[in-house]
Amino acid sequence: MEFTEEQLKRYSRHIILPEVGGKGQKKISEAKVLLVGAGGLGCPVGYYLAAAGVGTIAIVDNDKVELSNLQRQIAHSVKTLDMHKADSAKQTFEALNPDVNVIAVKERLHSKNILALFKDYDIIVDGTDNFPTRYLINDACVMLKKPLVSGAILRFEGQVTTILPGDGPCYRCLFEEPPPAGLVPSCQEAGVLGVLPGVIGALQATEVLKLIIGKGKPLKGNLLIYDALGVNFRKVKIPKNEDCPICGKNPSIKELTDLSEEYCSI
Amino acid sequence: MKVVINGDTSEVEEGLTVAGLLETLKIAPGRVAVEVNLQIVKKCDYENHALNDMDTVEIVNFVGGG
Repeated sequence: MEFTEEQLKRYSRHIILPEVGGKGQKKISEAKVLLVGAGGLGCPVGYYLAAAGVGTIAIVDNDKVELSNLQRQIAHSVKTLDMHKADSAKQTFEALNPDVNVIAVKERLHSKNILALFKDYDIIVDGTDNFPTRYLINDACVMLKKPLVSGAILRFEGQVTTILPGDGPCYRCLFEEPPPAGLVPSCQEAGVLGVLPGVIGALQATEVLKLIIGKGKPLKGNLLIYDALGVNFRKVKIPKNEDCPICGKNPSIKELTDLSEEYCSI
Repeated sequence: MKVVINGDTSEVEEGLTVAGLLETLKIAPGRVAVEVNLQIVKKCDYENHALNDMDTVEIVNFVGGG
């Protein structure tokens, strides 16, 4: 692909970076990234990836925009209330950058559709709001050997990690089983500082771009924890669990299953 | 004895277990993962895993919002 004059201008600040250059920008424009969730995290991740010129961005979300989302979900607006979040985000991202092909997938992820949805994408981004889907995404990415950039937020704490199946630990290596029902509150129950997903989403988008251009060190084998109140970033090393039920030597999980919502819905 | 918890050094009683530490910190064991010296401690071992002087403990919250 040759860049048009307009594209050379749009991406000039990338192209002058030796680590990106024309070559890296071409990789970005050919990349296919799938975002799970167009909420607090999905909005900033998608916004920055669209601005960066990621060629194809799929957004999987079955929810509709509500007024209580607008305190942090910056791709939506009062004009898109009641619209599917995937459509609302698609409008916003395409308005920012018409180069980007945004695919709105208005479906809920489950064990039967996840592999088919993920298989055509290079990188998966987790920005979901519940544990059953987090485990499902992790397991599907391990099975498909897809890089996964995972982010999570609650109150004033955010977490980010990059999972490269076959090269380091997965989410289950750290958190083998979901928490018991009702023990970990949701953002709806416990609140979240509106800007927190902006910080975490920007870190996730950074990880995605690094993976695409193949520069720098991915955040694999580490969980980066951000404490907004204490202004503290802590990196916790995650060891690979050889007995991990999905990525260990003898995995006990051979096929995907849906955890019940009540089990650990947040 | 001293242990390093989430990067900060704390004085704790000799022979304190992971379960005891979580109880002292008023943390429900079900909502965290605990790593001691870069090894994840399985939940079923919390009661038996005694900490040693200068162990490095990381307590990681389950965070699942998006």
